[in-house]
Amino acid sequence: MNVPPELRAEIEAHMALYPDSRSAALPALEAAQRVHGWCSPEAIEEVADAMGVTPASLEAVTTFYDMLETKPVGRHAIYVCTNISCSLRGADQLFAAIQEATGEDQEFNLRPFECLGACDIAPMASVDGVYVGPLTTEDVSQLLDDVRTGRSVLPDKQLATRRVADPQANSREFAADPPQEVQQ
Amino acid sequence: MTEALLFKDIDEPGLNTLAVYEARGGYEALRKTLQMAPEEVLKQLEASGLRGRGGAGFQIGKKVSFLPKGSMDKYLVCNADESEPGTFKDRELMQKSPHMLLEGIVIASYAAGTSRSFVYIRGEYVLQADILDAALREARDAGYVGEQILGSAHSLSLVVHRGAGAYICGEETGLLDSLEGKRGNPRLKPPFPANQGLYQGPTLINNVETLATVPTIMRIGGAEYAKLGTETSTGTKLVSISGHVRRPGNYEIELGIPSREIVYGLAGGPPEGRELKCWFPGGSSAPVLTPDDLDVPYDFDSLAKAGSMLGSGAIIVVDDSTPIVDVALKLAKFYRHESCGKCTPCREGTNWTVEMLQRIDSGEATPMDLDIMASVQEHIIGNCLCVLGDAMAMPIGSMIAKFRPEFEAHIEAARARNNDLHPARPAAAVDEQALIAQGALDA
Repeated sequence: MNVPPELRAEIEAHMALYPDSRSAALPALEAAQRVHGWCSPEAIEEVADAMGVTPASLEAVTTFYDMLETKPVGRHAIYVCTNISCSLRGADQLFAAIQEATGEDQEFNLRPFECLGACDIAPMASVDGVYVGPLTTEDVSQLLDDVRTGRSVLPDKQLATRRVADPQANSREFAADPPQEVQQ
Repeated sequence: MTEALLFKDIDEPGLNTLAVYEARGGYEALRKTLQMAPEEVLKQLEASGLRGRGGAGFQIGKKVSFLPKGSMDKYLVCNADESEPGTFKDRELMQKSPHMLLEGIVIASYAAGTSRSFVYIRGEYVLQADILDAALREARDAGYVGEQILGSAHSLSLVVHRGAGAYICGEETGLLDSLEGKRGNPRLKPPFPANQGLYQGPTLINNVETLATVPTIMRIGGAEYAKLGTETSTGTKLVSISGHVRRPGNYEIELGIPSREIVYGLAGGPPEGRELKCWFPGGSSAPVLTPDDLDVPYDFDSLAKAGSMLGSGAIIVVDDSTPIVDVALKLAKFYRHESCGKCTPCREGTNWTVEMLQRIDSGEATPMDLDIMASVQEHIIGNCLCVLGDAMAMPIGSMIAKFRPEFEAHIEAARARNNDLHPARPAAAVDEQALIAQGALDA
C-alpha cells in the first residue's frame, strides 16, 4: 500500500514510544486525519498498513472518539461548548448565531461540543484548537473573519493570555459573617 | 489562612520554562527525594493524608502502597483527561506550571517503583499538551526525566499521550483501554489497576493536581502538609467555579472553609438581583445542594455528609433565572452522549431520562413521570461497570427530590401551553335537517 512517507514516518515514531505499538492508534489516526481531512477509508487503510493492524480495529476506534471525523468536514474546526456552565451563560444562543453566520460555508466544521474545560471563559469555543472566550454574539463576525483570513483568532479573548482569577485566594482573611454582596 | 502552594507565582511570566521553575526552587524536592529510600518517600506521602484530586478522593499514599513489590513492569499514568463538566483546574496547572507536574510524576514513580509513565491528556487541550511536551524536552535534557535521573539508580520514561475526545476516558480503566489504542470502554473490576492495569501490569493512576502536589509535600514534609485543611481532608485544593457567578475561575483554597466563602467571598455569587437556586459542589456528577447548604465546610467528608461530594472540586452555580428542568436536560443529554453503551442501565437509563425530560418540556408528561424518572435513576446506581450512569443518576435524582414542586409546575405549565396551542376539537355541528332528509333521523 502506498502510504505517504511522512505519514508513515510519523506513525512509526509514535509506535516506538510505547511498549505495545498498538497504543499509537489515536495519535496515528489523528496524523492521518490531518493529511486527509477526515478518517476516510483510505486514511484508515494507510494507518492500518503502517501499524500492522486491521482496518476494522481502527474503524472501531475512530467511531468512539468525538475528535476523529467519520465524514468529510470543513477545514476549520469550531467547537462551541454547549455544556452546563457555558449554556448558563448563553452558549446555545452563541452556537445558533455562529450557525447562522457560517450557513452553508463548507470551510467550517461547526459543532456543539461537550465541556471543553474552560468554564472560566464561558461561553467559549475552540477554534482550530485555540480556546477563545467569553464570547458574545457580537464577536461572531470577527471570529469568522479571523479564521477566513488566517489571522490569529480574537487575540484579546484567547485563553492563553488569561491570568488566574485570584492567585492569593487562600491567604484572604474571611469575615466571620461574609458580606452577601461583593463589589465587582 | 495559608499561602498558595500550587498557585504560588502561577502567573509569573515564563514559569512554564525550566529556567524560571528552577529559579523558584523547582526540582529541589526531587533532588531531596532521590537521597531518600523509596519507602521513606512513601511514608511522607502517607503522612500527608493527600486525597486524590480527580474525583474519588482516595489517599495517594494508600494507592502507591497497593502496587505489588517486585521487578515486573509497572506503570504510572497521570490522568489529565479533565472532562468533568465544570472542571478546568488541571488545564491551568499544566499550562502555567508543567514542570511541577513532571516533578511530581518523577517523585511518585520513585516511591512506587515504576519506570514507565504516561500523561493521558484530553485531545482538546492542544495548548496545554504542547506546553507539556516542551517542558518534557527541557526536563529530559536537564536529566530530570530519563535514564539514571540525577545520577541515581532511578530511571523513568515519560510520554505525553493525547486523547481524542471522550469523557469516559477520564474513568481510569476506560483511560487504560484508550491508552492501549482501543475504544475507551471501562473494564470489570476487580482486578484493579494496581494489580492489572496498563498492558496487564501493575499501574498507579493519579490526577494532575494530586501529582502536582507531591513536590510540595516532599519540600515541607508530609506531617507539615497534613496540618493544612481538616483532619480527613488535608491540604489545599484548586476549586474551579463557574456558571452564575460574577468571578468564575480557579481558586486555591484550604480545605474545610465554608462553601459560602468560595461561592460568595471569592466568586462573588450570582449577578445583581438574582438569587442562588442550586449548586453542584464537585462537578456535574455531584448531587445538587441548595442555598441552605452554603455553610457546609468545603471538604470531602462534610460534603459527603451533606449528601453530595467534593468530586473534582468544580462548583457550578445556578441562579433563579434558569429552570431546573433545563439544567437536568442539559446534564442528561451530556451523559447520554458520553455513555459508552456497554452496560444496559447506563445506555438505556441515560437515553430514557432525556426522553422523559423532553416530554416534561413539551407538555406530554404527568407528575407520575417524575416518580418513574426517579426510579430509573435508582436502577442505574450501582448496576454498571463504571460510575458514568451514577454520575447522571445522582444529580438528576437530587434535583427531583429537592425541586419537585418546580418540576410539577413545569409539567403543568407545559401542558397548559400545549392545550392552548392544540385545543380539544369541538364536537362537529350536526345538520339535523340534512339527516332528517336522508331519513336517518326522525323528525
